Amino acid sequence: MLNVGSINEGFVLDHIQAGKSMEIYHNLQLDKLDCCVAIIKNARSNKMGKKDILKVECSIDMLDLDILGFIDHNITVNIIKDAQVVDKKELTLPKQVVNVIRCKNPRCITSIEQELEQVFLLTDKEKEVYRCKYCEEKYER
Amino acid sequence: MRHLMSPLDFTVEELDQLLDLANDIEKNPNKYSHACDGKKLATLFYEPSTRTRLSFEAAMMNLGGNVLGFSSASSSSASKGESVSDTIKMISCYADICAMRHPKEGAPLVASTKSSIPVINAGDGGHQHPTQTITDLLTIRSLKGRLSNLTIGLCGDLKFGRTVHSLINALVRYENITFVLISPEELKIPDYIREDVLIQNNVTFKEVERLEEVMPELDLLYMTRVQRERFFNEEDYVRLKDRYILDMKKMSYAKEDMLVLHPLPRVNEISVEVDNDPRAAYFKQVQYGVYARMALILILLEIQVSEH
Repeated sequence: MLNVGSINEGFVLDHIQAGKSMEIYHNLQLDKLDCCVAIIKNARSNKMGKKDILKVECSIDMLDLDILGFIDHNITVNIIKDAQVVDKKELTLPKQVVNVIRCKNPRCITSIEQELEQVFLLTDKEKEVYRCKYCEEKYER
Repeated sequence: MRHLMSPLDFTVEELDQLLDLANDIEKNPNKYSHACDGKKLATLFYEPSTRTRLSFEAAMMNLGGNVLGFSSASSSSASKGESVSDTIKMISCYADICAMRHPKEGAPLVASTKSSIPVINAGDGGHQHPTQTITDLLTIRSLKGRLSNLTIGLCGDLKFGRTVHSLINALVRYENITFVLISPEELKIPDYIREDVLIQNNVTFKEVERLEEVMPELDLLYMTRVQRERFFNEEDYVRLKDRYILDMKKMSYAKEDMLVLHPLPRVNEISVEVDNDPRAAYFKQVQYGVYARMALILILLEIQVSEH
């Protein structure tokens, strides 16, 4: 069993679906932060069989919970301070996501307009449906 | 400042007021002939359209205003690579209101976020065409006397036909509307209309492939053209274009007071012989289109015309 040390201040994202950690790493733009990041892939999990874990040592307000909620709202977010879990954040589906996913409709204005933000709106919370703000094309995960 | 992107931008009450205004314009055209003196309408048509552009231009001229604009992307700065955002910022300096048609879906919405003048969506790809919808509603209300308690057949290209999508969105807000959706499998309505509009609003609808069998049920038949420009594949277009042709034989199954509407242009989906049938309302629809756009321009420019 591989051991990764605990962090002093930051967050631990637990119960990430196995294989998804790199997508989250990029979407949270952790590659642009100058801080210590541990990516643990395929850790053993009683609940999930296999899971990924991300440990990030940084100021806790740097985490964009909206993006995380969009990617997978089942992820557990542990907030760490003085090496202790001080809070667990519950993730919800954000009402809109900006510049995380791209519209795949070739007829959409986002396919040609220069520097236009890619905006998706939550149109059906129960079915977790997001649609492009401009052409209303459904986002297929 | 208001824009018009979708028929749903107006509440049912606001739409009623707009239709009342359009009917008043129809009855008293002289009263409105100088309402827009000194105002300019820009028609930004990135895609060819005779009817909608001329209808907008006629509407503004009937109100005493002027028009400027372009009628294809090749005669605009878009051919030099200019973005919609930049074009609308420029047009905002030239005109008081603009109507935009664009092949890309959502382009007028992008324009509205950067514009300092009201933007009217005059058709964006296969997405929305709200002024056609207002025209359709005005035609139906004027000729049928109501917008509720109707069984409405929509026939032809229901997948890419933006007029159909806009019309469904608008009509689900009225009571006791039943839709009969007549199309080949390949051109059925998109799921966002079926799921988010029809099912979510508990609207009665059925999807069929044969027009003849449902003709007797309809109060209104809305025919559409299978649009060549929406297909990436010519073979699919050729296979589907002649699927529905309305002729006098099919009309003989219909109610005596059924109306036939069509957003035009027609190719061959309505036989010319049907034009002489009193139930054919598609050319009256064109005239109502001018009144509807006149009313819309007045409302978006916040111009009120007094009785005297």
